[in-house]
Amino acid sequence: MRLYLPRDSVTQALGGEKLAAALKAEAERRGVPLTLTRNGSRGLFWLEPLVELETVAGRLGFGPFTESDIPALFDSPSTHPKALGLVSELPFLKRQQRLTFVRAGLTDPLSLTDYAAHGGWAGLAKARTLTGAEICAEVTKSGLRGRGGAGFPTGIKWETVRKAEAGQKYIVCNADEGDSGSYADRLLIEADPFCLIEGMAIAALAVGATRGHVYLRSEYPNAIAMLGQAIAIATQAGHLDGFHLEVRVGAGSYVCGEETALLESLEGKRGVVRAKPPVPALVGLFGRPTVINNVISLATIPHILADGAEAYAAFGLGHSRGTMPIQLSGNIKHGGLFETAFGITLGELVEDIGGGTASGRPLRAVQAGGPLGAYFAPHQFDILYGYEEYAKAGGLIGHGGLVVFDDRVNMARMARFALEFCAHESCGKCTPCRIGSTRGHELLGRIMAGGGSPQDLALLRELCDTMKSASLCALGGFTPYPVMSALTLFPEDFTALPAAAA
Amino acid sequence: MTDNWSPERAKDIISAHLGLEGPLLPILHALQDEFGYLPREALVLAAEALNITRADVHGVASFYPDFRSQPPGRHVLKICRAEACQSMGGEENAEALLSRLGLSWGATSANGALTIEPVYCLGLCATAPNAQRDGQAFARLDAERLEALAREVL
Repeated sequence: MRLYLPRDSVTQALGGEKLAAALKAEAERRGVPLTLTRNGSRGLFWLEPLVELETVAGRLGFGPFTESDIPALFDSPSTHPKALGLVSELPFLKRQQRLTFVRAGLTDPLSLTDYAAHGGWAGLAKARTLTGAEICAEVTKSGLRGRGGAGFPTGIKWETVRKAEAGQKYIVCNADEGDSGSYADRLLIEADPFCLIEGMAIAALAVGATRGHVYLRSEYPNAIAMLGQAIAIATQAGHLDGFHLEVRVGAGSYVCGEETALLESLEGKRGVVRAKPPVPALVGLFGRPTVINNVISLATIPHILADGAEAYAAFGLGHSRGTMPIQLSGNIKHGGLFETAFGITLGELVEDIGGGTASGRPLRAVQAGGPLGAYFAPHQFDILYGYEEYAKAGGLIGHGGLVVFDDRVNMARMARFALEFCAHESCGKCTPCRIGSTRGHELLGRIMAGGGSPQDLALLRELCDTMKSASLCALGGFTPYPVMSALTLFPEDFTALPAAAA
Repeated sequence: MTDNWSPERAKDIISAHLGLEGPLLPILHALQDEFGYLPREALVLAAEALNITRADVHGVASFYPDFRSQPPGRHVLKICRAEACQSMGGEENAEALLSRLGLSWGATSANGALTIEPVYCLGLCATAPNAQRDGQAFARLDAERLEALAREVL
């Protein structure tokens, strides 16, 4: 008997280790020879813990699985109350276009055999037949843009680093995934770490770098451990060919997800944002030319090299080419990772695929793109998923998170939280962010406590304008998105709250 | 100063990281892993070893929320306060717990057993609300299960 149970953080947080031990104990009691593979998660998190049973027809799923579901799994899997049928046929999975996450959940994340058997290293092998300029051109042709949220064309960034002359260049992976509602980086690292490693090795070949760092947040201990193991395994097996790669652990600062603050942090300094120019591509880590890309951007590179830029660029909408791993989060029935071509509507994502709210109550708002992203209301659900499309609507796609709220949410509280979060996380370098967030938080607090005047709302709008246009980075610059969208879409919430709710 | 503070051990930890590029954060992490917090003396040793000022090291240590200047409780419960957990009632559960225990964010229980801290996203946003106790994550926490996480170690 062969079973799969993910070693993903979500599964572990739902008692996965106890479940694994109980499955083994039951097999032993019954004298059934059991192979239990700890795969990555498929990203269908509302079904976790998801146990899969290998059969001649394919892998059958059972979930959300608890210890009390174990005996029936051994007795009669076909009539099991948690039986989901073939996992590959589940509509949530079948409707996706998985390119970056093609192996997630299928394989043992730390098995080089599995990785190679499912197409691993093909991109790197292809890259070794090309010149640096040709690799950069291929990435540019794919239309890939920064998946961390900024959306800068990855190939152009690489070409800038490649052309820079320096004795030492660096590849830095931004795995400081601090946006609430986002977990694509964590899932990729825990499900398919060799894919990220391969992407970074290709970047190193393309620009002539010999050292790489992955800056991974301390809130992800499982990912830190797995990536460290994966790097050791890949290095020992000779896949990195002299490219030196290490994991660096963040220390709880959100602003270090901003690329220049991240570089400062890697250098051992306070995570304070640098003014640009110069861009990190020319003056990056320790002043050297540096490719700094998000996990998903880098993990998409092996696919682009292996299958060709045209195949990737064939997906998408307008200037948003390829696919995006969209993360359905919060108060949503079917929460999980949905990788799909750009161009899908917000309504299809949260209502159709996501199944509406988890609570079953009416859906009131969706925050797109993390704590710096705008809120959207159901009347805007026909918006198409894409960088420009969301920007035009006064928002951003960010790192691909969508957080759903039901009708119990108070949007003034969410707006106040955005400002509080900005004040808490501001690096302090620029005044609009440092002072503006604190003053905005006070102002909104006064309005909510019943002491506000109509002028206060006008003042809040003006303050947001200043933050948006004069902040040094996205933290102060984009905090106005959630605040202003909440104020514009849900003005009825911006009145004095009953004392208990404030 | 806790029982296990040892300048010799601190020096060993610091020298083990001196070969890294940009070694200060790895050093601070390693010191805190060993001693539970960053004793002032440890920061002085780090400054000396890296040939930077004490003010520089203090500036870095105090910038990052992870680094502590005081020992925490024997157990640390980090409760997520970010948006996805809020959408599932996480904030109400956390406030209720804090008020029942008579603690505020960042405070340690009188018996020194438990420190409760905020955390902004554990990356488990489809199975909210979430918390992390002593590095182990817990998901789909209702008010009762969250309280149990605290009571088990109090």
